[in-house]
Amino acid sequence: MIHNSLKQLSQALAAKEISSVELTTLYLDRIARLNPEINAFVTVDRDKSLQMAQDADARLAAGTAGPLTGIPVAQKDIFCAEGWTTTCGSKMLANFVSPYDATVIRKMHAEAGLVSLGKTNMDEFAMGSSNETSYFGPVKNPWDLSRVPGGSSGGSAAAVAARLAPAATGTDTGGSIRQPAALCNLTGLKPTYGVVSRYGMIAFASSLDQAGPMAASAEDCALLLNTMTGFDERDSTSLDRPAEDYARALDQPLAGLRIGLPREFFGEGCSAEVMAAVQAAIREYEKLGATTVEVSLPNSHLSVPAYYVIAPAEASSNLSRFDGVRYGYRAPEYGSLDDMYAKTRAQGFGAEVKRRILIGAYVLSHGYYDAYYLQAQRIRRLIANDFAEAFKACDVILGPTSPSTAFKLGEKAADPVQMYLSDIYTIAVNLAGLPGMSIPCGFAGGLPVGLQLVGNYFAEAQLLNVAHRYQLATDWHQRRPAGLD
Amino acid sequence: MSLTLEQVQRIAHLARIETSESEALTTQGHLNGIFQLIEQMQAVDTAGVEPMAHAQDLSQRLRDDAVTETDRRAAYQAVAPETEAGLYLVPKVIE
Repeated sequence: MIHNSLKQLSQALAAKEISSVELTTLYLDRIARLNPEINAFVTVDRDKSLQMAQDADARLAAGTAGPLTGIPVAQKDIFCAEGWTTTCGSKMLANFVSPYDATVIRKMHAEAGLVSLGKTNMDEFAMGSSNETSYFGPVKNPWDLSRVPGGSSGGSAAAVAARLAPAATGTDTGGSIRQPAALCNLTGLKPTYGVVSRYGMIAFASSLDQAGPMAASAEDCALLLNTMTGFDERDSTSLDRPAEDYARALDQPLAGLRIGLPREFFGEGCSAEVMAAVQAAIREYEKLGATTVEVSLPNSHLSVPAYYVIAPAEASSNLSRFDGVRYGYRAPEYGSLDDMYAKTRAQGFGAEVKRRILIGAYVLSHGYYDAYYLQAQRIRRLIANDFAEAFKACDVILGPTSPSTAFKLGEKAADPVQMYLSDIYTIAVNLAGLPGMSIPCGFAGGLPVGLQLVGNYFAEAQLLNVAHRYQLATDWHQRRPAGLD
Repeated sequence: MSLTLEQVQRIAHLARIETSESEALTTQGHLNGIFQLIEQMQAVDTAGVEPMAHAQDLSQRLRDDAVTETDRRAAYQAVAPETEAGLYLVPKVIE
Protein backbone atom coordinates (compact mmCIF):
# COMPACT_ATOMS: atom_id res chain seq x y z
CA MET A 1 0.00 0.00 0.00
CA ILE A 2 2.79 2.47 0.82
CA HIS A 3 4.10 2.32 -2.76
CA ASN A 4 0.70 3.01 -4.32
CA SER A 5 0.10 6.01 -6.53
CA LEU A 6 -2.35 8.73 -5.52
CA LYS A 7 -4.81 7.37 -8.08
CA GLN A 8 -4.56 3.87 -6.60
CA LEU A 9 -4.98 5.24 -3.08
CA SER A 10 -7.96 7.26 -4.23
CA GLN A 11 -9.53 4.15 -5.76
CA ALA A 12 -8.85 2.10 -2.63
CA LEU A 13 -10.50 4.76 -0.46
CA ALA A 14 -13.50 5.04 -2.81
CA ALA A 15 -13.91 1.25 -2.87
CA LYS A 16 -13.70 1.16 0.95
CA GLU A 17 -10.76 -1.22 0.78
CA ILE A 18 -9.11 1.01 3.35
CA SER A 19 -10.25 4.00 5.38
CA SER A 20 -8.39 7.28 5.57
CA VAL A 21 -7.78 6.64 9.28
CA GLU A 22 -6.17 3.28 8.46
CA LEU A 23 -4.10 4.76 5.65
CA THR A 24 -3.00 7.72 7.75
CA THR A 25 -2.08 5.39 10.62
CA LEU A 26 0.02 3.31 8.23
CA TYR A 27 2.09 6.34 7.28
CA LEU A 28 2.25 7.77 10.82
CA ASP A 29 3.60 4.46 12.08
CA ARG A 30 6.18 4.45 9.32
CA ILE A 31 7.20 7.99 10.20
CA ALA A 32 7.53 7.01 13.87
CA ARG A 33 9.79 4.12 12.89
CA LEU A 34 11.97 5.66 10.18
CA ASN A 35 12.00 9.41 10.76
CA PRO A 36 14.48 9.39 13.68
CA GLU A 37 17.13 8.30 11.18
CA ILE A 38 16.09 10.39 8.17
CA ASN A 39 14.91 13.57 9.97
CA ALA A 40 12.49 14.42 7.18
CA PHE A 41 9.73 15.62 9.50
CA VAL A 42 10.19 18.31 12.14
CA THR A 43 6.61 18.21 13.41
CA VAL A 44 4.19 15.30 13.57
CA ASP A 45 0.86 15.63 15.36
CA ARG A 46 -0.83 12.26 15.36
CA ASP A 47 -4.09 13.47 16.90
CA LYS A 48 -4.50 16.29 14.40
CA SER A 49 -3.75 14.03 11.43
CA LEU A 50 -6.15 11.35 12.63
CA GLN A 51 -8.87 13.93 13.21
CA MET A 52 -8.45 15.11 9.62
CA ALA A 53 -8.58 11.48 8.48
CA GLN A 54 -11.83 10.94 10.41
CA ASP A 55 -13.32 14.02 8.76
CA ALA A 56 -12.20 12.68 5.39
CA ASP A 57 -13.79 9.31 6.11
CA ALA A 58 -17.03 11.12 6.91
CA ARG A 59 -16.87 12.92 3.56
CA LEU A 60 -16.13 9.65 1.79
CA ALA A 61 -19.12 8.03 3.50
CA ALA A 62 -21.39 10.98 2.71
CA GLY A 63 -20.41 11.00 -0.95
CA THR A 64 -19.00 14.55 -0.78
CA ALA A 65 -15.37 13.53 -1.28
CA GLY A 66 -13.10 14.98 -3.94
CA PRO A 67 -10.59 12.90 -5.92
CA LEU A 68 -7.90 13.10 -3.21
CA THR A 69 -10.05 13.23 -0.07
CA GLY A 70 -8.51 11.12 2.67
CA ILE A 71 -5.05 10.84 1.14
CA PRO A 72 -2.23 11.79 3.50
CA VAL A 73 0.47 14.25 2.38
CA ALA A 74 3.51 15.93 3.94
CA GLN A 75 3.68 19.72 4.12
CA LYS A 76 6.90 21.68 3.82
CA ASP A 77 7.32 23.64 7.03
CA ILE A 78 7.25 26.92 5.12
CA PHE A 79 3.44 26.83 4.96
CA CYS A 80 1.54 28.32 7.88
CA ALA A 81 -1.05 25.85 9.11
CA GLU A 82 -3.42 26.88 11.88
CA GLY A 83 -2.59 25.20 15.16
CA TRP A 84 0.59 23.64 13.77
CA THR A 85 4.08 24.66 14.73
CA THR A 86 5.46 26.39 11.64
CA THR A 87 9.22 26.89 11.88
CA CYS A 88 10.56 27.50 8.35
CA GLY A 89 13.60 25.53 9.56
CA SER A 90 14.64 28.40 11.85
CA LYS A 91 15.29 28.97 15.53
CA MET A 92 13.50 32.28 14.90
CA LEU A 93 10.20 30.41 14.53
CA ALA A 94 10.97 27.26 16.55
CA ASN A 95 8.00 27.91 18.85
CA PHE A 96 5.68 29.64 16.38
CA VAL A 97 2.25 28.02 16.28
CA SER A 98 0.51 29.56 13.31
CA PRO A 99 -2.81 31.29 14.03
CA TYR A 100 -3.91 30.93 10.40
CA ASP A 101 -3.73 28.74 7.30
CA ALA A 102 -1.77 29.46 4.15
CA THR A 103 -4.07 29.44 1.13
CA VAL A 104 -2.41 26.24 -0.13
CA ILE A 105 -3.07 24.54 3.22
CA ARG A 106 -6.65 25.78 3.36
CA LYS A 107 -7.34 24.51 -0.14
CA MET A 108 -5.74 21.13 0.54
CA HIS A 109 -7.49 20.65 3.89
CA ALA A 110 -10.88 22.32 3.61
CA GLU A 111 -11.53 21.95 -0.12
CA ALA A 112 -9.66 18.82 -1.22
CA GLY A 113 -9.92 16.92 2.07
CA LEU A 114 -6.26 15.87 2.10
CA VAL A 115 -4.78 14.79 5.42
CA SER A 116 -1.53 16.43 6.57
CA LEU A 117 0.92 13.98 8.14
CA GLY A 118 3.15 16.71 9.51
CA LYS A 119 5.62 19.43 8.60
CA THR A 120 8.83 18.62 6.78
CA ASN A 121 12.35 19.80 7.46
CA MET A 122 13.92 22.37 5.16
CA ASP A 123 16.85 24.70 4.79
CA GLU A 124 16.37 27.71 7.06
CA PHE A 125 13.95 30.12 5.37
CA ALA A 126 14.43 27.98 2.22
CA MET A 127 18.00 29.25 1.82
CA GLY A 128 20.11 26.27 0.87
CA SER A 129 20.59 23.39 -1.55
CA SER A 130 21.38 20.58 0.89
CA ASN A 131 19.01 20.93 3.84
CA GLU A 132 22.04 21.45 6.08
CA THR A 133 21.12 25.01 7.09
CA SER A 134 18.05 23.80 9.03
CA TYR A 135 18.04 24.64 12.74
CA PHE A 136 16.62 21.14 13.25
CA GLY A 137 19.56 19.28 11.78
CA PRO A 138 20.21 17.93 8.30
CA VAL A 139 17.90 15.55 6.46
CA LYS A 140 19.47 12.36 5.16
CA ASN A 141 18.99 11.11 1.64
CA PRO A 142 17.09 7.78 1.76
CA TRP A 143 19.26 6.52 -1.13
CA ASP A 144 22.43 6.95 0.92
CA LEU A 145 22.20 8.16 4.49
CA SER A 146 25.65 9.77 4.30
CA ARG A 147 24.42 12.13 1.57
CA VAL A 148 22.23 15.22 1.37
CA PRO A 149 18.68 15.06 -0.02
CA GLY A 150 19.11 18.44 -1.71
CA GLY A 151 17.29 21.54 -0.68
CA SER A 152 15.58 23.54 0.31
CA SER A 153 12.61 21.13 0.16
CA GLY A 154 14.87 18.30 1.36
CA GLY A 155 12.53 17.05 4.07
CA SER A 156 9.63 16.76 1.62
CA ALA A 157 11.86 14.96 -0.88
CA ALA A 158 13.25 12.50 1.68
CA ALA A 159 9.77 11.88 3.12
CA VAL A 160 8.35 10.84 -0.26
CA ALA A 161 11.49 8.92 -1.31
CA ALA A 162 11.35 6.87 1.93
CA ARG A 163 7.57 6.52 1.48
CA LEU A 164 6.87 8.27 4.77
CA ALA A 165 4.25 10.09 2.69
CA PRO A 166 2.75 9.38 -0.74
CA ALA A 167 3.34 12.98 -1.84
CA ALA A 168 4.39 16.34 -0.45
CA THR A 169 4.36 20.07 -1.02
CA GLY A 170 7.51 21.98 -1.76
CA THR A 171 8.50 25.51 -2.71
CA ASP A 172 10.99 26.59 -5.33
CA THR A 173 12.77 29.96 -5.39
CA GLY A 174 15.91 28.88 -7.27
CA GLY A 175 15.47 25.12 -7.62
CA SER A 176 14.20 24.03 -4.21
CA ILE A 177 11.61 21.60 -5.60
CA ARG A 178 13.50 20.38 -8.67
CA GLN A 179 16.98 19.84 -7.20
CA PRO A 180 15.86 17.72 -4.19
CA ALA A 181 13.47 15.83 -6.49
CA ALA A 182 16.46 15.03 -8.71
CA LEU A 183 18.66 13.94 -5.81
CA CYS A 184 15.93 11.71 -4.28
CA ASN A 185 14.48 10.15 -7.47
CA LEU A 186 11.19 12.04 -7.39
CA THR A 187 9.02 13.98 -9.77
CA GLY A 188 8.65 17.63 -8.79
CA LEU A 189 7.04 20.58 -10.48
CA LYS A 190 7.54 24.31 -10.02
CA PRO A 191 4.55 26.00 -11.65
CA THR A 192 4.52 29.28 -13.56
CA TYR A 193 5.01 32.16 -11.14
CA GLY A 194 1.60 33.34 -9.93
CA VAL A 195 -0.30 30.09 -10.41
CA VAL A 196 -0.15 28.97 -6.76
CA SER A 197 -0.96 31.48 -4.02
CA ARG A 198 1.92 32.66 -1.84
CA TYR A 199 -0.39 33.74 0.99
CA GLY A 200 0.79 32.17 4.24
CA MET A 201 3.88 30.72 2.58
CA ILE A 202 6.72 32.31 4.54
CA ALA A 203 8.41 34.68 2.09
CA PHE A 204 12.01 34.31 0.96
CA ALA A 205 12.24 36.13 -2.41
CA SER A 206 8.73 37.20 -3.30
CA SER A 207 9.23 37.69 -7.05
CA LEU A 208 10.60 34.13 -7.37
CA ASP A 209 8.91 31.97 -4.71
CA GLN A 210 6.44 29.42 -6.03
CA ALA A 211 4.91 26.32 -4.42
CA GLY A 212 4.39 23.02 -6.18
CA PRO A 213 3.96 19.26 -5.78
CA MET A 214 6.63 16.59 -5.15
CA ALA A 215 5.62 12.98 -5.70
CA ALA A 216 6.58 9.66 -7.24
CA SER A 217 5.21 10.38 -10.71
CA ALA A 218 3.97 13.06 -13.07
CA GLU A 219 0.44 11.75 -12.68
CA ASP A 220 0.64 12.15 -8.89
CA CYS A 221 2.02 15.67 -9.34
CA ALA A 222 -0.83 16.59 -11.70
CA LEU A 223 -3.46 15.40 -9.22
CA LEU A 224 -1.82 17.21 -6.32
CA LEU A 225 -1.33 20.40 -8.34
CA ASN A 226 -5.07 20.39 -9.07
CA THR A 227 -5.66 20.94 -5.34
CA MET A 228 -3.08 23.74 -4.96
CA THR A 229 -3.73 26.27 -7.73
CA GLY A 230 -6.23 29.07 -8.19
CA PHE A 231 -6.62 32.82 -7.93
CA ASP A 232 -6.27 34.29 -4.46
CA GLU A 233 -7.26 37.84 -3.50
CA ARG A 234 -4.76 37.63 -0.65
CA ASP A 235 -1.72 37.31 -2.91
CA SER A 236 -1.14 40.49 -4.91
CA THR A 237 0.72 38.56 -7.63
CA SER A 238 -1.79 35.72 -7.91
CA LEU A 239 -3.00 35.31 -11.48
CA ASP A 240 -6.71 35.31 -12.22
CA ARG A 241 -7.05 32.53 -14.78
CA PRO A 242 -9.70 29.90 -15.52
CA ALA A 243 -9.30 26.68 -13.50
CA GLU A 244 -7.41 23.86 -15.25
CA ASP A 245 -7.31 20.10 -14.89
CA TYR A 246 -3.55 19.53 -14.98
CA ALA A 247 -4.08 15.82 -15.64
CA ARG A 248 -6.14 16.42 -18.80
CA ALA A 249 -3.29 15.97 -21.28
CA LEU A 250 -1.25 13.27 -19.53
CA ASP A 251 -1.78 10.58 -22.15
CA GLN A 252 -1.35 12.62 -25.31
CA PRO A 253 1.21 11.08 -27.67
CA LEU A 254 4.50 12.92 -28.08
CA ALA A 255 4.78 12.55 -31.87
CA GLY A 256 5.91 15.86 -33.30
CA LEU A 257 7.02 17.29 -29.95
CA ARG A 258 9.99 19.62 -30.45
CA ILE A 259 12.49 19.37 -27.59
CA GLY A 260 14.99 22.21 -27.28
CA LEU A 261 18.45 21.34 -25.99
CA PRO A 262 20.20 24.49 -24.76
CA ARG A 263 23.85 24.16 -25.67
CA GLU A 264 24.80 25.94 -22.43
CA PHE A 265 23.32 23.05 -20.42
CA PHE A 266 25.36 20.45 -22.29
CA GLY A 267 28.82 21.90 -21.88
CA GLU A 268 31.32 21.66 -19.09
CA GLY A 269 30.20 21.95 -15.50
CA CYS A 270 28.01 18.86 -15.52
CA SER A 271 29.31 15.49 -14.35
CA ALA A 272 29.81 12.94 -17.14
CA GLU A 273 27.59 10.35 -15.47
CA VAL A 274 24.70 12.81 -15.12
CA MET A 275 25.16 13.79 -18.76
CA ALA A 276 25.12 10.13 -19.86
CA ALA A 277 21.74 9.60 -18.17
CA VAL A 278 20.36 12.78 -19.75
CA GLN A 279 21.57 11.71 -23.20
CA ALA A 280 19.87 8.33 -22.74
CA ALA A 281 16.65 10.15 -21.86
CA ILE A 282 16.92 12.17 -25.07
CA ARG A 283 17.17 8.94 -27.07
CA GLU A 284 14.09 7.62 -25.25
CA TYR A 285 12.18 10.77 -26.21
CA GLU A 286 13.24 10.32 -29.83
CA LYS A 287 11.81 6.79 -29.68
CA LEU A 288 8.58 8.31 -28.39
CA GLY A 289 8.35 10.44 -31.51
CA ALA A 290 9.89 13.70 -30.34
CA THR A 291 12.46 15.62 -32.35
CA THR A 292 15.31 17.59 -30.85
CA VAL A 293 16.67 20.96 -31.82
CA GLU A 294 19.65 22.81 -30.42
CA VAL A 295 18.71 26.12 -28.83
CA SER A 296 20.73 28.70 -26.96
CA LEU A 297 20.30 30.51 -23.65
CA PRO A 298 23.35 32.75 -24.06
CA ASN A 299 22.90 34.60 -20.76
CA SER A 300 22.27 31.55 -18.60
CA HIS A 301 25.76 31.76 -17.08
CA LEU A 302 24.61 35.03 -15.52
CA SER A 303 21.62 33.51 -13.77
CA VAL A 304 23.48 32.53 -10.59
CA PRO A 305 25.14 35.97 -10.18
CA ALA A 306 21.87 37.83 -10.88
CA TYR A 307 19.94 35.52 -8.57
CA TYR A 308 22.39 36.13 -5.70
CA VAL A 309 21.59 39.83 -5.95
CA ILE A 310 17.83 39.68 -6.48
CA ALA A 311 16.97 36.89 -4.01
CA PRO A 312 19.05 38.32 -1.10
CA ALA A 313 17.71 41.82 -1.80
CA GLU A 314 14.14 40.58 -1.50
CA ALA A 315 15.05 38.37 1.46
CA SER A 316 16.65 41.21 3.41
CA SER A 317 13.40 43.13 3.05
CA ASN A 318 11.11 40.15 3.80
CA LEU A 319 13.10 38.99 6.82
CA SER A 320 13.12 42.45 8.42
CA ARG A 321 9.76 41.42 9.93
CA PHE A 322 11.57 39.07 12.33
CA ASP A 323 12.40 41.56 15.05
CA GLY A 324 11.23 39.87 18.25
CA VAL A 325 8.12 42.03 18.56
CA ARG A 326 5.05 40.37 17.00
CA TYR A 327 6.00 36.70 16.77
CA GLY A 328 8.90 34.33 16.99
CA TYR A 329 12.08 34.41 18.99
CA ARG A 330 13.15 37.28 21.23
CA ALA A 331 16.61 37.42 22.81
CA PRO A 332 16.41 36.74 26.55
CA GLU A 333 18.56 39.73 27.49
CA TYR A 334 18.82 43.15 25.87
CA GLY A 335 19.05 46.87 26.60
CA SER A 336 17.49 49.32 24.17
CA LEU A 337 14.96 48.54 21.43
CA ASP A 338 17.74 48.60 18.84
CA ASP A 339 19.77 46.22 20.98
CA MET A 340 16.75 43.90 21.24
CA TYR A 341 16.44 43.78 17.45
CA ALA A 342 20.16 43.19 16.90
CA LYS A 343 20.48 40.46 19.53
CA THR A 344 17.21 38.76 18.54
CA ARG A 345 18.28 38.59 14.90
CA ALA A 346 21.86 37.58 15.73
CA GLN A 347 20.63 34.68 17.87
CA GLY A 348 17.52 33.73 15.88
CA PHE A 349 19.02 33.46 12.38
CA GLY A 350 21.62 30.94 11.24
CA ALA A 351 24.80 31.77 9.31
CA GLU A 352 23.47 31.33 5.77
CA VAL A 353 20.38 33.45 6.41
CA LYS A 354 22.54 36.20 7.91
CA ARG A 355 24.87 36.09 4.92
CA ARG A 356 21.99 36.56 2.51
CA ILE A 357 20.45 39.37 4.56
CA LEU A 358 23.80 41.15 4.53
CA ILE A 359 24.23 40.72 0.77
CA GLY A 360 20.74 42.10 0.30
CA ALA A 361 21.31 45.03 2.61
CA TYR A 362 24.50 45.85 0.73
CA VAL A 363 23.17 45.65 -2.83
CA LEU A 364 20.19 47.80 -1.88
CA SER A 365 22.26 50.38 -0.01
CA HIS A 366 22.95 53.88 -1.22
CA GLY A 367 25.51 54.02 -4.00
CA TYR A 368 25.30 50.32 -4.91
CA TYR A 369 21.67 49.98 -5.99
CA ASP A 370 22.26 50.73 -9.68
CA ALA A 371 25.43 48.67 -10.02
CA TYR A 372 23.94 45.57 -8.40
CA TYR A 373 20.19 45.52 -8.03
CA LEU A 374 19.22 47.29 -11.24
CA GLN A 375 21.93 45.50 -13.21
CA ALA A 376 20.62 42.16 -11.91
CA GLN A 377 17.09 43.08 -12.95
CA ARG A 378 18.30 44.00 -16.43
CA ILE A 379 20.09 40.66 -16.71
CA ARG A 380 16.90 39.00 -15.53
CA ARG A 381 15.19 40.53 -18.56
CA LEU A 382 17.93 39.20 -20.86
CA ILE A 383 17.51 35.72 -19.40
CA ALA A 384 13.72 35.82 -19.86
CA ASN A 385 14.23 37.05 -23.45
CA ASP A 386 16.57 34.11 -24.12
CA PHE A 387 13.83 31.67 -23.15
CA ALA A 388 11.25 33.50 -25.27
CA GLU A 389 13.59 33.22 -28.26
CA ALA A 390 14.28 29.54 -27.60
CA PHE A 391 10.56 28.73 -27.37
CA LYS A 392 10.13 29.96 -30.95
CA ALA A 393 12.01 26.83 -32.04
CA CYS A 394 10.77 24.26 -29.51
CA ASP A 395 7.87 23.25 -27.26
CA VAL A 396 9.82 22.23 -24.17
CA ILE A 397 13.42 22.63 -23.07
CA LEU A 398 15.33 19.67 -21.67
CA GLY A 399 18.57 19.29 -19.74
CA PRO A 400 20.03 18.11 -16.45
CA THR A 401 18.37 19.32 -13.23
CA SER A 402 21.53 19.33 -11.17
CA PRO A 403 25.17 19.12 -12.28
CA SER A 404 25.86 16.21 -9.90
CA THR A 405 24.11 13.47 -7.97
CA ALA A 406 23.59 13.81 -4.21
CA PHE A 407 26.77 14.99 -2.51
CA LYS A 408 28.05 14.00 0.92
CA LEU A 409 26.76 15.71 4.05
CA GLY A 410 29.24 18.43 4.90
CA GLU A 411 30.95 18.33 1.50
CA LYS A 412 29.90 21.83 0.42
CA ALA A 413 28.71 23.27 3.71
CA ALA A 414 31.82 25.40 4.28
CA ASP A 415 31.85 26.99 0.83
CA PRO A 416 28.73 29.01 0.01
CA VAL A 417 29.73 29.59 -3.62
CA GLN A 418 30.13 25.85 -4.35
CA MET A 419 26.72 25.29 -2.78
CA TYR A 420 25.15 28.04 -4.90
CA LEU A 421 26.46 26.41 -8.08
CA SER A 422 24.31 23.31 -7.33
CA ASP A 423 21.48 25.34 -8.83
CA ILE A 424 23.11 26.48 -12.09
CA TYR A 425 20.48 24.78 -14.25
CA THR A 426 17.40 25.62 -12.21
CA ILE A 427 17.77 29.30 -11.27
CA ALA A 428 17.21 30.80 -14.73
CA VAL A 429 13.72 29.23 -14.77
CA ASN A 430 12.74 31.11 -11.60
CA LEU A 431 14.15 34.39 -12.89
CA ALA A 432 12.02 34.05 -16.02
CA GLY A 433 8.99 32.82 -14.02
CA LEU A 434 8.54 29.72 -16.20
CA PRO A 435 7.24 26.30 -15.14
CA GLY A 436 9.88 23.60 -14.65
CA MET A 437 9.98 19.96 -13.62
CA SER A 438 12.48 17.36 -12.58
CA ILE A 439 11.85 13.69 -13.33
CA PRO A 440 13.98 10.61 -12.61
CA CYS A 441 16.06 9.54 -15.64
CA GLY A 442 18.59 7.04 -14.35
CA PHE A 443 21.26 6.31 -11.80
CA ALA A 444 24.95 6.98 -11.41
CA GLY A 445 26.86 5.05 -8.79
CA GLY A 446 23.56 3.99 -7.23
CA LEU A 447 22.35 7.58 -6.91
CA PRO A 448 19.40 9.09 -8.78
CA VAL A 449 19.82 11.48 -11.70
CA GLY A 450 17.17 14.11 -12.49
CA LEU A 451 16.07 15.34 -15.90
CA GLN A 452 14.82 18.90 -16.09
CA LEU A 453 11.95 19.89 -18.36
CA VAL A 454 11.08 23.56 -18.80
CA GLY A 455 7.90 24.75 -20.46
CA ASN A 456 6.57 28.06 -21.68
CA TYR A 457 4.33 30.12 -19.39
CA PHE A 458 1.26 28.13 -18.24
CA ALA A 459 2.45 24.95 -19.97
CA GLU A 460 2.17 22.83 -16.80
CA ALA A 461 -0.27 20.36 -18.38
CA GLN A 462 2.04 19.93 -21.36
CA LEU A 463 5.11 19.42 -19.13
CA LEU A 464 3.22 16.81 -17.12
CA ASN A 465 2.25 15.09 -20.37
CA VAL A 466 5.87 15.05 -21.55
CA ALA A 467 6.95 13.64 -18.18
CA HIS A 468 4.10 11.09 -17.98
CA ARG A 469 4.74 9.59 -21.43
CA TYR A 470 8.39 9.09 -20.49
CA GLN A 471 7.31 7.44 -17.24
CA LEU A 472 5.05 5.04 -19.16
CA ALA A 473 8.09 3.96 -21.18
CA THR A 474 10.66 3.83 -18.34
CA ASP A 475 10.70 2.63 -14.75
CA TRP A 476 13.31 4.91 -13.16
CA HIS A 477 10.61 6.69 -11.16
CA GLN A 478 9.44 3.38 -9.70
CA ARG A 479 12.84 2.46 -8.22
CA ARG A 480 12.90 2.69 -4.44
CA PRO A 481 15.81 2.95 -2.03
CA ALA A 482 16.78 -0.31 -0.34
CA GLY A 483 16.66 -1.04 3.35
CA LEU A 484 13.65 1.08 4.27
CA ASP A 485 10.83 -1.46 4.42
CA MET B 1 35.69 44.80 -5.61
CA SER B 2 36.04 43.59 -2.06
CA LEU B 3 34.26 44.60 1.11
CA THR B 4 36.27 46.03 3.98
CA LEU B 5 35.67 44.90 7.54
CA GLU B 6 34.12 48.30 8.25
CA GLN B 7 31.66 47.85 5.39
CA VAL B 8 30.64 44.43 6.71
CA GLN B 9 30.10 45.92 10.15
CA ARG B 10 28.15 48.81 8.64
CA ILE B 11 25.71 46.55 6.74
CA ALA B 12 25.37 44.27 9.77
CA HIS B 13 24.31 47.35 11.71
CA LEU B 14 21.90 48.42 8.95
CA ALA B 15 20.40 44.91 8.98
CA ARG B 16 20.21 44.97 12.81
CA ILE B 17 22.27 41.82 13.27
CA GLU B 18 24.70 42.02 16.17
CA THR B 19 28.06 40.84 14.86
CA SER B 20 31.31 40.44 16.79
CA GLU B 21 34.58 41.37 15.13
CA SER B 22 35.59 37.73 14.66
CA GLU B 23 32.20 36.92 13.12
CA ALA B 24 32.54 39.95 10.85
CA LEU B 25 35.94 38.69 9.68
CA THR B 26 34.55 35.27 8.75
CA THR B 27 31.56 36.92 7.08
CA GLN B 28 33.87 39.24 5.16
CA GLY B 29 35.63 36.24 3.61
CA HIS B 30 32.37 34.57 2.62
CA LEU B 31 30.80 37.75 1.25
CA ASN B 32 33.85 38.54 -0.84
CA GLY B 33 33.72 35.06 -2.36
CA ILE B 34 30.06 35.59 -3.19
CA PHE B 35 30.67 39.06 -4.63
CA GLN B 36 33.36 37.63 -6.86
CA LEU B 37 30.62 35.47 -8.36
CA ILE B 38 28.23 38.43 -8.57
CA GLU B 39 30.83 40.64 -10.27
CA GLN B 40 30.44 38.58 -13.47
CA MET B 41 27.39 40.75 -14.09
CA GLN B 42 29.47 43.86 -14.48
CA ALA B 43 30.98 42.71 -17.79
CA VAL B 44 27.56 42.74 -19.45
CA ASP B 45 26.38 45.74 -21.42
CA THR B 46 22.75 46.23 -20.42
CA ALA B 47 22.27 49.72 -21.81
CA GLY B 48 18.68 50.14 -22.94
CA VAL B 49 17.45 46.93 -21.25
CA GLU B 50 14.34 47.48 -19.17
CA PRO B 51 14.82 46.12 -15.62
CA MET B 52 12.55 43.14 -14.90
CA ALA B 53 11.13 43.24 -11.40
CA HIS B 54 8.63 40.48 -11.83
CA ALA B 55 7.99 37.42 -13.96
CA GLN B 56 4.76 38.72 -15.40
CA ASP B 57 4.72 42.42 -16.12
CA LEU B 58 1.58 43.01 -14.11
CA SER B 59 0.21 46.21 -12.74
CA GLN B 60 -0.83 46.28 -9.11
CA ARG B 61 -4.31 44.92 -8.65
CA LEU B 62 -6.69 47.12 -6.65
CA ARG B 63 -9.55 45.93 -4.46
CA ASP B 64 -12.65 47.61 -3.12
CA ASP B 65 -12.10 49.64 0.02
CA ALA B 66 -14.16 47.30 2.17
CA VAL B 67 -13.61 45.46 5.45
CA THR B 68 -12.88 41.81 4.66
CA GLU B 69 -11.00 40.58 7.73
CA THR B 70 -12.45 39.70 11.09
CA ASP B 71 -10.91 40.80 14.39
CA ARG B 72 -8.39 38.13 15.36
CA ARG B 73 -6.19 40.28 17.58
CA ALA B 74 -6.19 37.84 20.49
CA ALA B 75 -5.10 34.93 18.29
CA TYR B 76 -2.38 36.95 16.60
CA GLN B 77 -1.07 38.40 19.85
CA ALA B 78 -0.99 34.98 21.50
CA VAL B 79 2.19 34.24 19.51
CA ALA B 80 3.95 37.51 20.45
CA PRO B 81 6.85 37.45 22.91
CA GLU B 82 5.29 40.08 25.18
CA THR B 83 1.92 41.86 25.11
CA GLU B 84 -0.24 43.78 27.54
CA ALA B 85 -3.76 45.15 27.15
CA GLY B 86 -3.71 44.40 23.43
CA LEU B 87 -0.37 46.15 22.88
CA TYR B 88 3.02 44.74 21.89
CA LEU B 89 5.61 45.49 24.56
CA VAL B 90 9.12 46.66 23.62
CA PRO B 91 11.84 48.48 25.58
CA LYS B 92 11.08 52.12 26.30
CA VAL B 93 12.12 54.40 23.42
CA ILE B 94 10.88 57.78 24.73
CA GLU B 95 11.84 58.88 28.23
